[in-house]
Amino acid sequence: MGFFLETFLGGLMTGLLYALIGLGFVLIFKASGVFNFAQGAMVLVAALAMARFSGWATEALGSMVLGNVLAFLMSVAFMIAVAIVIERLVLRHLVNQELTTLLMATLGITYVLDGLGQMVFGSSVYTIDVGMPKEPLFLFEGVFEGGMLINPDDLIAAGVAATLVATLALLFQYTKVGRALRAVADDHQAAQSVGIPLGRIWVVVWAVAGIVALVAGIVWGSKLGVQFSLSTVALRALPVVILGGLTSVPGAIIGGLIIGVGEKVSEVYLGPFVGGGIEVWFAYVLALVFLLFRPEGLFGEKHIDRV
Amino acid sequence: MTMNTATEAAAQAAAPYLSINNVEVIYNHVILVLKGVSLQVEQGSIVALLGANGAGKSTTLKSISNLLHAERGDVTKGSIEFKGARIDQMTPNELVRRGVIQVMEGRHCFGHLSIEENLLTGAYTRKISRGELNANLEKVYHYFPRLKTRRSSQAGYTSGGEQQMCAIGRALMAKPEMILLDEPSMGLAPQIVEEIFEIVKDLNTKEKVSFLLAEQNTMVALRYADFGYIMENGRIVMEGEAKELAANEDVKEFYLGLAGEGRKSFREVKHYRRRKRWLS
Ligand SMILES: Nc1ncnc2c1ncn2[C@@H]1O[C@H](COP(=O)(O)OP(=O)(O)O)[C@@H](O)[C@H]1O
Ligand SMILES: [Mg+2]
Repeated sequence: MGFFLETFLGGLMTGLLYALIGLGFVLIFKASGVFNFAQGAMVLVAALAMARFSGWATEALGSMVLGNVLAFLMSVAFMIAVAIVIERLVLRHLVNQELTTLLMATLGITYVLDGLGQMVFGSSVYTIDVGMPKEPLFLFEGVFEGGMLINPDDLIAAGVAATLVATLALLFQYTKVGRALRAVADDHQAAQSVGIPLGRIWVVVWAVAGIVALVAGIVWGSKLGVQFSLSTVALRALPVVILGGLTSVPGAIIGGLIIGVGEKVSEVYLGPFVGGGIEVWFAYVLALVFLLFRPEGLFGEKHIDRV
Repeated sequence: MTMNTATEAAAQAAAPYLSINNVEVIYNHVILVLKGVSLQVEQGSIVALLGANGAGKSTTLKSISNLLHAERGDVTKGSIEFKGARIDQMTPNELVRRGVIQVMEGRHCFGHLSIEENLLTGAYTRKISRGELNANLEKVYHYFPRLKTRRSSQAGYTSGGEQQMCAIGRALMAKPEMILLDEPSMGLAPQIVEEIFEIVKDLNTKEKVSFLLAEQNTMVALRYADFGYIMENGRIVMEGEAKELAANEDVKEFYLGLAGEGRKSFREVKHYRRRKRWLS
């Protein structure tokens, strides 16, 4: 019992991170119709920025807490700058182009970000230390035999991810910019006709995706170290959005949780029978099944066709 | 100094409210669609832009509101002025701020937003307090009481008439001086069409909103408009007071006598009539 819960919770926490990256995909896809291959690269660049800024800032300020706060703010500013540059240099010139053109453009952005990121911030393995507690915790020791083992840093990461997701959902539902963003997602031209400037909305969306990538990058980076392979972790979000539906914010969240839990639980309970390694392909196989039988995903939008 | 500004003001007053001069529009760098269109709208009037499907009415409206770029269209010749200032290089955002807004053909409501959220997006360009915003909403609901009853419905699931009202209401939220209204009657039952045109007339007289109205439904449009232009093949082929146009034999024959054999070109009709006159 305790062990199952442990596995399940561990899955949920990883799932929240997948959800976070999936959210980045969905936001960009909804608002600009672009399937953003660069999301993974954004995670890497954001984590690199955070790692380096935090090193410099901690040294300069002589305090890890202050240093990390400053570094986080600098990284946020950096991701906003990246969003502005992408809009100016790429998106603006590709309005109303073919979908494949846009896809190629985001592939291009991926390479540029990967390359530039490592050129500017260096390409060795960096660590991010935001001072998360590492000592494992035992919970429910009185409830059942042996209790359960939890990593507090996972718990904090999950809390942060959940808060961020909830905040974003509220912002989209209730603020003027959020409304404008959903309007753009529904109908570009109509949004323009009422005076919503597409370019500015795109900057907002890419900046939000960048900040989401930053948070994911910090969490993962502090666990795994910041290195090139981080950008492939983000590829896990691909099956997440296929599962949840490319256009659905709740879909990204639930898809992330399902995949997170699914891969952990199946690894632990089915793994021994097939020689392990399920965790590596679970998400992709699930996504494939969905592509075959329900390509719009769990929550993908059905078009409202009535005119 | 005062003399100067006085003459400037006079010049501005003398300049037509909205004026399109010899505008040419090309799509995709090759497809010439508007071949030198000129028209004027006087302040406070309703002007109808009439013509068959494909004549270039929507393109004309989009050249004014500058929504052409989104469709890879370009104004390649001519000029467009609103209250004496060139507006052909302005973004839709700047135009909406200046008081010119388009209601697109086919309504284009935001299907997944509620009716009220749709209306609120119309106020995007305005920096106003929550109170003012609500007052504005109430005003729109006053003109379109049906929208109030459906305020929390998803726009995509409302009827065609309600969507048309939503689209016009959304434009009103921007507090426009001039609305470019594209085919409000499209696909609607005659009774709803009357209802919508009555509201347009109301907005025109009470809120002093000027309208440039593209329509295929010639006779209804001419009943509510002050002035009309008839377009064909990217050109204006006829213009006049709405009453005169409605009484004009050619217009009548062309737009009312199209049973059976389909629509002939307006020019053909004229030739045909001319020949008939000449023969008799
Ligand atoms: N985006 C576009 N690209 C190419 N041609 C277009 C485009 N939009 C309209 N056209 C063409 O321009 C002509 C005029 O269209 P339009 O302005 O929509 O006419 P109307 O509104 O009078 O029906 C039509 O022949 C149409 O095929
Ligand atoms: Mg049209």
